[in-house]
Amino acid sequence: MSSQAHAAVHVGTAPTGFIRKYIFSLDHKVIGIQYFLLALVAVSVGIVLSVFMRLHLAWPQMHLPFLAGGLMTPEQYLSLVTMHGTIMVFFVLTTAPQGGFGNYFLPIQIGAPDMAFPVLNMLSFWTTFVAFAFMIGAFFVPGGAPLSGWTNYPPLTALGEITGPGEGMGETFWIISIALFCVGSLMGALNFIATTIDLRAPGMSLMRLPLTVWAWFVTAILALLAFGVLLAAGILLLLDRSAGTSFFIPAGLIVSDTLQKHSGGSPLLWQHLFWFFGHPEVYIAILPGMGVASHVLSTFSRKPVYGYRAMVYAICAIGFLGFMVWGHHMFVSGMSPYSGLAFSFLTLAIGVPSAIKTFNWLGTLWGARIQFTVPMLFALGFVSLFVSGGLSGIFLAQPAIDQYLHDTYFVVAHFHLIMGVAAIFGIFAATYFWFPKMFGRMMNDGMGRLHFWITFIGVYCIFMPMHFIGIMGHPRRYADATGVNYLVPMHPIHVFISVAAFVTAAVQLVFLFNFFWSIKKGPRAPINPWHATTLEWTVSSPPPHDNFDGHYPTVYRGPYEFNVPGAADDFIPQNLTPAEVGQVR
Amino acid sequence: MAPVITVADELELIRTGVTDHGHGRGGRGNGSGFERGHGGSEGGKRSGDAAVPQRAYITGIAVALAAILMFFMALVSAYMVRKGFPNSGWQYLEPPRILWLNTLVLLASSATIVVARRRLAEHDQSGFRYWWMLTTALGFIFLGGQLLAWRQLEHAGVYLSSNPSSSFFYVFTAAHGVHLFGGLVALIAVAVRDPRHLTRGTATEVAAIYWHFMDGLWVFLFLLLFLGR
Repeated sequence: MSSQAHAAVHVGTAPTGFIRKYIFSLDHKVIGIQYFLLALVAVSVGIVLSVFMRLHLAWPQMHLPFLAGGLMTPEQYLSLVTMHGTIMVFFVLTTAPQGGFGNYFLPIQIGAPDMAFPVLNMLSFWTTFVAFAFMIGAFFVPGGAPLSGWTNYPPLTALGEITGPGEGMGETFWIISIALFCVGSLMGALNFIATTIDLRAPGMSLMRLPLTVWAWFVTAILALLAFGVLLAAGILLLLDRSAGTSFFIPAGLIVSDTLQKHSGGSPLLWQHLFWFFGHPEVYIAILPGMGVASHVLSTFSRKPVYGYRAMVYAICAIGFLGFMVWGHHMFVSGMSPYSGLAFSFLTLAIGVPSAIKTFNWLGTLWGARIQFTVPMLFALGFVSLFVSGGLSGIFLAQPAIDQYLHDTYFVVAHFHLIMGVAAIFGIFAATYFWFPKMFGRMMNDGMGRLHFWITFIGVYCIFMPMHFIGIMGHPRRYADATGVNYLVPMHPIHVFISVAAFVTAAVQLVFLFNFFWSIKKGPRAPINPWHATTLEWTVSSPPPHDNFDGHYPTVYRGPYEFNVPGAADDFIPQNLTPAEVGQVR
Repeated sequence: MAPVITVADELELIRTGVTDHGHGRGGRGNGSGFERGHGGSEGGKRSGDAAVPQRAYITGIAVALAAILMFFMALVSAYMVRKGFPNSGWQYLEPPRILWLNTLVLLASSATIVVARRRLAEHDQSGFRYWWMLTTALGFIFLGGQLLAWRQLEHAGVYLSSNPSSSFFYVFTAAHGVHLFGGLVALIAVAVRDPRHLTRGTATEVAAIYWHFMDGLWVFLFLLLFLGR
């Protein structure tokens, strides 16, 4: 069985026109890079917003030249909070790991020429792009950006301008943007699932899939089941705002001394619908990072992933449980204590598969001759942040403790560490790991190490102190804490956090410079610079238009065969035949 | 992790298709049997394009329907919760009687699409076209009937914002109508030209699966609205 047999199937030649090649491309690799660049723009905006938030929190009286009165109003601060959260969660943490790297590498890693439905793939990116345009547009409409947080709770969001300057046109733009984002994500998820099920190369059984593919696959299932619910909720909210319905607006509501004419709805209905999406969304953001961490840890430990099957089952268990714990975001909403108990137990149960993953990562590292490359550093950082952020989750999962900690900086610290920064470290690990394959050049090692160490220390300096001010009772979303007596002693901590945030933000410029400089000037990358085993490392860097130049691979072994006794090299690519390995049965 | 190829591995290699010439190209069908009569044209049709096995389209529509189901279940759970609130202000909305007729029309269209696909399997092209177009026509009649139902409610002074029950009535019927209209576009597309990547057997199967689903979904929503007293 030679690979020549497949060469007969010719996959269409690459388009040559600029528009078809780079703009409305059907090639999953181009679409993956488009997603990645979109996320890069979005994360830059998100970081700039957080810099302004930190400036204001540390020095509330500071005059900012671009603001009308010079001073930031509380509403403007809330707009920053809202847009920072929304842009980061949707347009960075959801698009980069899944739409970006998933799009680029899932088809190659399973030995397919492209996604199952390339046109749908293109549509999903451009829908997401239009969604982003609407989100950014919210800054520039009358009243400015919405101020209701990324969770967008009604009735604040359901009544229009009467509840705040950004709740007019800005809020409408927000909902439209998120609705479009849902549609784009659903199309993407459909493609990922069909591709993984039906386009695997011969021999690529489910238990031979790289853990990255498993993570993208389960993430796509979560996205498929979750985003439809958010879309439905968004449509109902839009109707409440514009058509006079009362899905989320209670009777007898008085806002700004005006009795609202709506009746009988409940803001809690929104909370249930939103968090039914919102909790799986957390795993949509973090699961791809887990896949990348497993992949990178194994490669640079030169050891197989410890407990591959357990890792697969843990990914599935986390995905499954993720749909049953949304109530833990609502412990203080007045829910029945019995419901709270059920949600609490289910939430704590997620600790089991999470611990399986963590211990298996440590098992992979155990006794290894670790190669401390830049992607490896970021993968190790991922594990560290995942543990640090996960441990505070155990506190928040208990209703009695959450009563106190809810809406404090403790929560901010928790979700930033586990969902924000850990996922970002997964993205960075993926970027440094796959950059040679995507752009055919190596990234600069020294700049990468500088970027890692300052970012790693920086994020701990930013988010660790937030646990303590949270425990001391500092509420989140306060624009200015200097006027509150019991918060005044905590102000120096805010200043420290802000300085750490500025340093961490500044060092991201090193990453940006390294990224774009290396695309042009980095040393040429060989086919397999990391001596890795999966299929993307068997093709040229960057891969040809159909990924395999017509020679579609056949897979003979699992994804992590490192240091196999008796083999010539310390790694065996998945497509090597037993004869080629030089092993006799 | 010894890299020895065991007998079990060998069997798995065969099962997962190492002996198959790649990716189901050349007609690993979806098991419906419709492809067999078209096997010859299939290879030619897809030359020059990325070869995607036909079963991927069946997977795709099944996955899409799972997402659509979640969308509607979110609306339905909102309906049930909203209805159950104390002080919900809920007044039962008597659905217009024309909905019974619409439902019959839609059920009939599910039957005609089955007949159409049977004609296709028997290579009866004209019979296929007749029953397929009849299905499409019934679909449009259903949508027209739904619009009539809206007009009747409008004449009775029942609008989107009149009561939570009417809000949900309009939301359900509109969301279902939009999805059904997408199905009609698919039916027409299959009728007027040969799809580029799909065999006709697969294309009609995908459209039929979607159509039956929309039919079943409507029956569910219809019962929900009528029994929601």
